[in-house]
Amino acid sequence: MSPFSIAALVRKPISLLLFLCMISVPAPQVLAEEIPDNDLLDDAWKTLPSKNYNNKAKALETIARQNPPQALPVMKAMLEGQLYYSKHDKALYFLQETGDNYTFSPVFSGEQISQENRRGFKKVKVNNRLRSTIRQLLAVMQLKHKDADIRLAAVQELLKKPEISASHLIKKAVESETDSRVTTAMQTLLAVIQLEKGDETEQRSAIKTLSQSLNSSAMNALRDYQAPTETLKNAAQSAIKKIDDKRDLYAKAETIFFGLSLGSVLALSAIGLAITFGVMGVINMAHGELMMIGAYTTYVVQLLMPNNIGASILVAIPAAFIVAGLVGIAIERSVIRHLYGRPLETLLATFGVSLVLQQTVRTIFSPLNRSVETPQWMSGAWQINEVLALTWNRLYIILFCLAVFAALIMVMKKTTLGLQVRAVSQNRNMARAMGVRSTWVDALTFGLGSGIAGLAGVALSLLTNVGPNLGQAYIIDSFMVVVFGGVGNLWGTLVAGMSLGVINKLLEPWAGAVLAKILVLIFIILFIQKRPKGLFPQRGRAAED
Amino acid sequence: MKAMHILREFSRRDRVFDFLVKAVPPELDVSHNIILYLEGLNKSFDGFKAINNLNLYIETGELRCIIGPNGAGKSTMMDIITGKTRPDTGQAWFGQRLNLLEMDEPEIAEAGIGRKFQKPTVFENLTVSQNLELAMSQDKRVWPLLVARLNAEQRELIDEVLTIIGLNALAADPAGKLSHGQKQWLEIGMLLMQKPALLLVDEPVAGMTHQEMERTAELLTSLAGKHTVIVVEHDMDFVRSIARKVTVLHQGGVLAEGSMAEVQSNPRVIEVYLGE
Amino acid sequence: MLLMKIIRSDKPGTWLLAILLVVSIVVPVLNLLVPENSAFHLSTYTVTLLGKYLTYALLALSADLVWGYLGILTLGHAAFFALGGYAMGMYLMRQIGERGVYGDPVLPDFMVFLNWQELPWFWYGFDQFWFAALMVMVVPGILAYVFGYLTFRSRVTGVYLSIITQAMTYALMLAFFRNEMGFGGNNGLTDFKDILGFDLRADSTRIALFLASAAALAIGYVLSRIIVSSRLGLASVAIRDAESRSRFCGYRVENIKLWVFVFSAIMAGVAGALYVPQVGIINPGEFSPLNSIELLIWVAIGGRGTLYGAIIGAILVNYAKTYFTAAMPEVWLYALGALFILVTLYLPKGIVGLRSMRREKT
Repeated sequence: MSPFSIAALVRKPISLLLFLCMISVPAPQVLAEEIPDNDLLDDAWKTLPSKNYNNKAKALETIARQNPPQALPVMKAMLEGQLYYSKHDKALYFLQETGDNYTFSPVFSGEQISQENRRGFKKVKVNNRLRSTIRQLLAVMQLKHKDADIRLAAVQELLKKPEISASHLIKKAVESETDSRVTTAMQTLLAVIQLEKGDETEQRSAIKTLSQSLNSSAMNALRDYQAPTETLKNAAQSAIKKIDDKRDLYAKAETIFFGLSLGSVLALSAIGLAITFGVMGVINMAHGELMMIGAYTTYVVQLLMPNNIGASILVAIPAAFIVAGLVGIAIERSVIRHLYGRPLETLLATFGVSLVLQQTVRTIFSPLNRSVETPQWMSGAWQINEVLALTWNRLYIILFCLAVFAALIMVMKKTTLGLQVRAVSQNRNMARAMGVRSTWVDALTFGLGSGIAGLAGVALSLLTNVGPNLGQAYIIDSFMVVVFGGVGNLWGTLVAGMSLGVINKLLEPWAGAVLAKILVLIFIILFIQKRPKGLFPQRGRAAED
Repeated sequence: MKAMHILREFSRRDRVFDFLVKAVPPELDVSHNIILYLEGLNKSFDGFKAINNLNLYIETGELRCIIGPNGAGKSTMMDIITGKTRPDTGQAWFGQRLNLLEMDEPEIAEAGIGRKFQKPTVFENLTVSQNLELAMSQDKRVWPLLVARLNAEQRELIDEVLTIIGLNALAADPAGKLSHGQKQWLEIGMLLMQKPALLLVDEPVAGMTHQEMERTAELLTSLAGKHTVIVVEHDMDFVRSIARKVTVLHQGGVLAEGSMAEVQSNPRVIEVYLGE
Repeated sequence: MLLMKIIRSDKPGTWLLAILLVVSIVVPVLNLLVPENSAFHLSTYTVTLLGKYLTYALLALSADLVWGYLGILTLGHAAFFALGGYAMGMYLMRQIGERGVYGDPVLPDFMVFLNWQELPWFWYGFDQFWFAALMVMVVPGILAYVFGYLTFRSRVTGVYLSIITQAMTYALMLAFFRNEMGFGGNNGLTDFKDILGFDLRADSTRIALFLASAAALAIGYVLSRIIVSSRLGLASVAIRDAESRSRFCGYRVENIKLWVFVFSAIMAGVAGALYVPQVGIINPGEFSPLNSIELLIWVAIGGRGTLYGAIIGAILVNYAKTYFTAAMPEVWLYALGALFILVTLYLPKGIVGLRSMRREKT
């Protein structure tokens, strides 16, 4: 996509001021494509360097109507402030700046001039009003562009100021349109125009069409609508309500989506803990630091393959799993092994481990934050409709969380390791008597939990800066998730993570981010009073002691 | 007017506010000569019926032995009586007036039910005599505990119990250092300090030598009469040596009840338990 | 008489109180009477540092009471310390009066900065020392009571309890970071001028604060000792070792836990209140869960469940911290981390346990 594209321009917010002056000035009319008239066009081109903005606007309309090949690049250059004219013959030039060098290439004919300054040339001046006119004109001209995205952007641009476009032009465009998104947008546009200018039947059908739309311009059109009859007025009112409701619904959906993505991060960081804490009964305060190690692994992998950022994440996933897993096994063998059955001591010892790990990372990578580059395929958003857009990175994190979870359930349910882990967690002595090498199982389980922490680290590295304190920020949340879900219950962890994420996001608009977090913490503290064993407690006689 | 009325009510001197009246638990009432009623108890754990329509009546002063195979519901029954577990349905009354299902563990203990656990649990870091001191029946609220000192009478009681359980020489040693059998004795001693009306004794002779077992049997028999004693035991010889009345539990319900001889000749009991 | 009996039966405690007494005589003498150029002169900086250690020791003592004797591994004890500190900080803040940067007679600087027009209601009364001193104990006490009442009654124990105490202090930290709370947000309360009319920067005030800290520690120690050697103390140990067994003995576990917890929180609050005027600042960082965990290592290193061990541990570790962070700052976290690991693995009874361990071997 070229940086000049309309789509890029459309995203820039238009100031209120601009909007107001657009309303107050009679809009340019582009009625139809006219028979080519070279004299008229020449005059128009010559008007551009002049000082009168009204004349310029008229000239631009003429150019747009005639639509010569130069029309598009010239208008774009004007918007960017890169259209110049030579002082001595008023000929138009495009300016290209490369470092200290200014290159002026002629719009029509003549020689390209390269020099170190802008001497001899003057900018074709544009004010805000003219800029908006240009945008509208560009939009009309681009209704037939071969790229559907550009056509869509053009229609959306026109929707902001529908008066400019003649309905028959749009009607014609709708007929030949193949992309459904563009068709819908065009129909909305058409309805907006008809609402203002059409007869009563047209207005009625326009209201009907608009009530299906989510577009804010459609909404404004309905609000501004001067209904000739009471019925139409009511129809418009109910259409407004319908749109409002729908937009509300999508806004809620978006909040829930944000909540789910936050929940995925929480669940992801808690799943590893659920294994070490829930299955093994080990309180691993260094869990956050294992996530940090995963995040740093991602960072290092990216350093090693700077030309393949897209692939680096895929490499980082197994790498982080292995690195964090090995560190976890080392911790288990050296420290935790000696402390089984003493959960509170384990808590303190692993806290010591976490301090050492943090300081090690500080020594190796410096205390400064590092950032991991987001690969191309994870940036951008999935535009479901005009109100709801799901960003890819959040979407991928949800999917990643579910995938990790599914894989873990498979490991626990279907593999020998899983079977042995469950056996050891239920009755260590019995399992040992049955020939399970419990020390080996312990080490591997801890490695598994740690490896998953590493995976969580990969996800985190894409969301925030990677720094030595990364883990600390998440450890308390992770514990909350595990405790809330019920210790020893992987499903509970997933449900708890997701619901805490959603609760947090639902509270946020109402209470603000920090207060929302505080409220969630208080909620959990109170929840534990009611159900000390979490959402999904382990039941049975054994669990009662 | 209403406000005046409330004010007048508020300032009446002839009565005290409800929250100022100390809630006195009703006294143990055994006028019908039955100290424990368990009726229609049911309790299941995740679908497993640990207690299944259990009915049991214990007379005052009785020494009752309860036997039954593993999983018959003996421990769960004890848990229900002492308030550790709540049944799904059914009734449990201590005497005529005390509803056990509405009381928690300390209340039940204060009301006069003492329990000795299957696995001896004594306070290992405290000395033997401190264990007894803690078990003593006394005001167990926070402030009285803070200012409490042993008086001569209490010291005598502890000495007395130490003699009964034969741990006089070890009085100042931490309970953690005792042997398994000694811990069992200490627990019984703690029960004696508590002076309960009803004693629940879970496997009192597990891990004891034959001699120790005889002494335990002697002790428990001597307790009956003054106290009501329920003994859960696996060791048949021991049960035979002390039993007057035996209840056999099976699959959470009462399978048979009667003297040892009656029970032993019961064909169903032979089938499920003794016949093994 | 009873007191003397209790103290006499506690030999290490007697030593400790004696040392405290000696230190509280020697330190002022070395600071005020010995001339500055003498080798024996003690700088005011050192006096303040020692005073700070003493408040830490009191905090460690309070944590040992609940961890060592009740078995509650609290990961949020620093919250009570910080609350006590904030209560004192509010008093000191109001003492500044017109001497603040903005010169408002009533509003502290940060409120003027935030454009607040009125003093929030919860700042009322803090211009009176007696009120602040009361709040130093009441606020942590009430928090501990509410938290403990809810938690102990529903029988939340072990690591669950640890984790929610951590959640408590974390939530408080987040809350105090907010400007809207009215406690100075990020920056906390600072720029104190004087206490009870005495200039905080004066040597004599510093000495007085040091002596107050020593006295508070001594009183805290004696009260704690009275508790643990009473039958209530026995019951606490019983609850620590076999909670459900003590229920069957008829003890209201939740009440015993609750009141010891509340007492401990009040002690931590007093420690915080003495800490703040000596270091001159209190900010939300004091609520950080890290602080709460760090203070456990003081207790663990000294030896938990002994009371005097906590005091020894707090002073030793903090001395080491002062030394290391000045001499080789990057090593300190390694050292602290290693201490955590080594103490839990090889020294479960801490330094004071070494003696009895040696005795057992021979």
